[in-house]
Amino acid sequence: MTLGNKLNSADAMGSKSWAVELRGISKRFPGVIANHDVELSVERASIHAIVGENGAGKSTLMKILYGLHQPDEGTITVNGVEHRFRSPGDAIASGIGMVHQHFMLADNLTVLENIILGFEPTRRGVLALGEARRSVSKIAASVGTNIDLDLKVSELGVGQRQRVEILKVLYRGANILILDEPTAVLVPQEVDELFINLRQLVTQGATVLFISHKLDEVLAVSDRITVMRHGTTVATVVPSEVDRLTLAELMVGSDLPAPTARVIAIGKNERLVVRDLTLIVEGKKSPVQNVSFAVYEGEIVGIAGVEGNGQFELCAAILGLEKSTGVVEVCGRDMTHSSTRERLDAGIAYIPFDRHREGLMLNSSLWENALLGREERFSHALLINRSAAKQACREIIERFDVMTPSETVPAFVLSGGNQQKLVVGRSLSVGPSVLIAAHPTRGIDVGAQAAIWDEIRIARDNGMAVLLVSADLEEILALSDRILIIFDGRISAELAPEDADPQILGTFMTGGRVSLLTMVKPAVGVSAAQDL
Amino acid sequence: MKSGSLRNAFSGARSSLVALGSSIGGIFIALIICAGLLLITGKDPLRAYSKILETGLDGQKLLEMLKRATPLMLSATAVAVGFKLNLFNIGVEGQYLFAALIAAEMGTHVSLPAPVHVAFILLVAMVAGAAWASIAALLKVVRGVNEVISTIMLNFIALSFIQWLFENFFRDDSDGGLNVKTTVLARSARMPDLVAGRLNAMFLVALLVVAVYWVVIFKSRFGFQLRASGLNPNAARTSGIPAKRMAVTALLISGSIAGLVAMPYVLGEAFAYGPNATPTQLGFAGIAVALLGRNHPVGIIGAALLFGFLDSTSAELQLSGVPSSIVKVIQAIIVLTVVIVNEASMRMFNKRTAERTAAKLKTASFPI
Amino acid sequence: MMLRIVALFAKYRFAVLVIVPLSLMSGVRLWTGQDPLTSSDTVGSALRLAVPILLAGMAGLWAERCGVLNIGIEGMMILGTWFGGWGAWQFGAWAGLAFAVVGGMLGGLIHAVATVRFNIDQVISGVVLNLFAFFGVRYLSDLVFVGQQGGGVSQSPPQRSVISRVDVPFLSGGQVGGWKSPNILGWLEQRRWFLLGDIGGIGRGLTSNLSWASVIAVTLVPISAWILWRTRLGLRLRSSGESPHTAESLGVNVIRLRYFGLVVSGGFAGLAGGTLAIVASSYYRQGQTAGRGFIGLATMIFGNWRPSGVLAGAMLFGYAEGVKLVAAKSIPALFLFISIAALLLVIVAGVRKKRVRMLSLLTIFVLSGMAYLTVKTVPESLTQSVPYVVTLIILATTNQKLRAPAMAGVPYRRGDPH
Repeated sequence: MTLGNKLNSADAMGSKSWAVELRGISKRFPGVIANHDVELSVERASIHAIVGENGAGKSTLMKILYGLHQPDEGTITVNGVEHRFRSPGDAIASGIGMVHQHFMLADNLTVLENIILGFEPTRRGVLALGEARRSVSKIAASVGTNIDLDLKVSELGVGQRQRVEILKVLYRGANILILDEPTAVLVPQEVDELFINLRQLVTQGATVLFISHKLDEVLAVSDRITVMRHGTTVATVVPSEVDRLTLAELMVGSDLPAPTARVIAIGKNERLVVRDLTLIVEGKKSPVQNVSFAVYEGEIVGIAGVEGNGQFELCAAILGLEKSTGVVEVCGRDMTHSSTRERLDAGIAYIPFDRHREGLMLNSSLWENALLGREERFSHALLINRSAAKQACREIIERFDVMTPSETVPAFVLSGGNQQKLVVGRSLSVGPSVLIAAHPTRGIDVGAQAAIWDEIRIARDNGMAVLLVSADLEEILALSDRILIIFDGRISAELAPEDADPQILGTFMTGGRVSLLTMVKPAVGVSAAQDL
Repeated sequence: MKSGSLRNAFSGARSSLVALGSSIGGIFIALIICAGLLLITGKDPLRAYSKILETGLDGQKLLEMLKRATPLMLSATAVAVGFKLNLFNIGVEGQYLFAALIAAEMGTHVSLPAPVHVAFILLVAMVAGAAWASIAALLKVVRGVNEVISTIMLNFIALSFIQWLFENFFRDDSDGGLNVKTTVLARSARMPDLVAGRLNAMFLVALLVVAVYWVVIFKSRFGFQLRASGLNPNAARTSGIPAKRMAVTALLISGSIAGLVAMPYVLGEAFAYGPNATPTQLGFAGIAVALLGRNHPVGIIGAALLFGFLDSTSAELQLSGVPSSIVKVIQAIIVLTVVIVNEASMRMFNKRTAERTAAKLKTASFPI
Repeated sequence: MMLRIVALFAKYRFAVLVIVPLSLMSGVRLWTGQDPLTSSDTVGSALRLAVPILLAGMAGLWAERCGVLNIGIEGMMILGTWFGGWGAWQFGAWAGLAFAVVGGMLGGLIHAVATVRFNIDQVISGVVLNLFAFFGVRYLSDLVFVGQQGGGVSQSPPQRSVISRVDVPFLSGGQVGGWKSPNILGWLEQRRWFLLGDIGGIGRGLTSNLSWASVIAVTLVPISAWILWRTRLGLRLRSSGESPHTAESLGVNVIRLRYFGLVVSGGFAGLAGGTLAIVASSYYRQGQTAGRGFIGLATMIFGNWRPSGVLAGAMLFGYAEGVKLVAAKSIPALFLFISIAALLLVIVAGVRKKRVRMLSLLTIFVLSGMAYLTVKTVPESLTQSVPYVVTLIILATTNQKLRAPAMAGVPYRRGDPH
């Protein structure tokens, strides 16, 4: 893709005007150093990307720039003036606006109310709604967006909500936009639209800073890229002078793990069968409609899809957490009318989407968390056998390399990655016939992710049937033997991993159809994921 | 309406010590605040406090402390069972009064040998309490009605219903109509005294109930599932624990324990139910005791004894010029202060634990 | 065909919601001969009884809109009754109302400190506040009222002056500069015609013998609505209840707004108590609130957390209590009305295919019908429970479109990871 004006050297300074300059930034939290010695220069009217793994310190740095945290050391210079941001209000006043990864919107308030909140036009305390409507509509038009301002945010789709967030920021007169993982919930086509919008903004003089770990997108759209690792800036490069592998290496600091080859063939037995599964919902369209598929022993079936297309509800239906019509068979037994506990006893283990919401009791000890769901195994008559339960937990800790002083500490002291390892370990240690893994490596660093992927592969090689549900295409492509794509509550396609490149996946994930014979790769887009 | 979940101390001796320490600290702070209030309103706090101590620590008065603590222990345990599941059973008040009426009345219609008769009445009380609680339980699981509102409404409905039942069916006027109550229970239906005239054996029953509560909630499989459902309802549901069944069971158990609250009076003092013979407000007092005792058996007993101690001094206080209602005000302030201090110290303690562990492991302890 | 009729009704929803029940009530009145159903006496009582419930409901609304559950409304009302009774005795009725408001605000402030500053569970704080207020005013009475003429540990001496009542001119024969104006609604009421007679009765009930306190209370409803939806303060306050972290990230001071909302809530509750002690009565009496704080909560839920809904719900409960109080003989007729109304709603629900609602409405139709046919007089002890039973029934049967502020009840801490 062709970009605008580019720099000849990554270190060119001199008489350039920088929109943002961060020098020597350090930030410590209790027990951890989030940022140290960060050096960052962002050129005005450009798109500048910041890449790094989970835990590299990117988000903290942006929060410092936005005034949510105060740096322990270092200076922040915006448009040539040094600032001390004590709150987001200060940053906003300097023209900085942030679009968060997890949208900060009030669902029950309207789009207009969300946009003007905190910056309301008033006449002596009374909202000047007409004026607000006019200015917001004007800004929306300039960015090419068209949203009904009186809709409640709860009625909007994900892409629209992101646009509301961008409008929020522009409404406050921001000319430096920070976007935190903006494409995490978008499909490749929506990503392209977003990047077109960003380019439009830049040509009008705005500066865009965005955090991402998706290297292909970053290489496609940014003018400069800064790599962060372990809390500090490691390098700043220009996309034309670097390729994906070098960038990944800079990020991780070592080689990426190579994919392991398939050793054992897929078995003949159907471990999990789902037929015409439809969620029963009163009054509106069901989030899961007529879903049918089977998972055989020794295979990993990956369900790819943008979050919100029914994956969560599908898992809930399979587990019996929600009422549904259709058939669910586990290891050949019809479990359609069985309770959740009965289905789990029949051989299902579940790694939930959100470990905090559905997986762990944060204030309870690790062994009590490990006990959850398996109380029968560890009780004599009606009482719990504590020592046996603790021993079982110790085994999980050891096998899955959970970093913890002991099994009696409360779960909240563990880092996210170790919590996830515990949850994964808990599910795998019961030796299930079917593993349903939803976002098994969400929010954890590359090392832990590789370890969990290996565990899943080993389980698969030992005959376990695995249903993998993930919005992370990298994960789907890395693990699946077969890929199903879910869109709008239905399975829209089934692919073999060889046939699935991000373009095709993205098309199916947004409800489109692709004829494999007449595939057209658009000019702006991500390159094929060849280095798996 | 969502309700914030209550913190439970995780298994670890250190956190229990912190909880105990902060509770005691909270009590002291509360006493200081009350002293301030007394001063503002023109009463001498030192005189009031010394009078309280003087009266309460007298030998006979200590027996009264135990007597008053008995229904509080029962009431608090009933409330605590609900709290473990994040359910607020504010309906203990209605449940215990309803159970008292039904049990007292039913007790007069059977004739059984002494221990069996008493056991029968206790059983009827538990069933009646559970029955009244079942209304709220059904409303919750079938229609999703928040139990806070429904149990509050049911309290008032219970008062009304009880009055109607009593006046139209169960009232015994043979006494001459001065002290209205149900037919007095036969000798065989009376709970024996531990100390003649001062302390009833229901005290032991209450201790037994608290002990059973401890075993069931903290040691049994059912108790684990109950606590899990309270700590993280989603996680519990996802691991197969049936949420609705848990809620109904917890409320029924809570209601049945609540049914016993007035038994010390029905079986040990008035030997009947009557609007004047059966004290009210014990349900709310039980909530306060459960909060103060943090739903822990030891805490409940301790808090019940404290409140019983304070209550036993109220009569003497009134005589010596300090309004007896100050005792209740002190109790309310103690509960509020201790809850606040507990919350603050547990939060601080948890933060320190997280920091210490993270430093030990040299990992980030929360998402960056 | 049925669908089209129902759709037509939906378009002129407001008109339908007023005319249909009114006609039904009128029909029932004429059929049973029970004029008190819509007489000005009954409706006037309804309004008087509705005022404390309305104010209590608004107290709950202000609190939950800023994100904090307020179970302690009853306790704040108790403070309101006491301070109102004291103020009216010492200085006069209007001063008493002012003191009542302040007393309630004090309660609101305590609740705010406990839940916003110290983040303890909001229900617990409310319950403890109730206990504290209940015994606290007894202690204060012991100090202040005992020994005074007419006073004692459970009541205050009578108020020094009263809040005047007024009849609206032209509609209900109010005075206009010394001249007694025609009483149009009263005239209509006496004719007892279908629909017009009822309008006369209801209208007159709402406009005659009107206490200024009632006027103030009802005016506070649209004022609250205007503040919450049309001012910057209101938007920010609502955002504190819907999504406090979002609001905080946009520079809204959630903590301060929650304090404000709770103090306003306490003020409303205090005013509610004040009207009980000063308008409905002439002195403070222990137990005066009789659970109305909780009915107020129920009203707020019934009213879908909107001021107009709270007003409607309060009028409904007030009417129920009013009928019980002054038109007890008409209660069976009321059962008939409920029964037929339920039948109509069953048809509507059937058209909309809402099976659960149909079933519950059908049960109400049957039970109410049976009650009409069999019950002649309802015993006093049971009628006491009517508002609570009604609340339960409403809670059990209307759960769909209720939308509480999203984060009401969830403790908020600045800077929490979320």
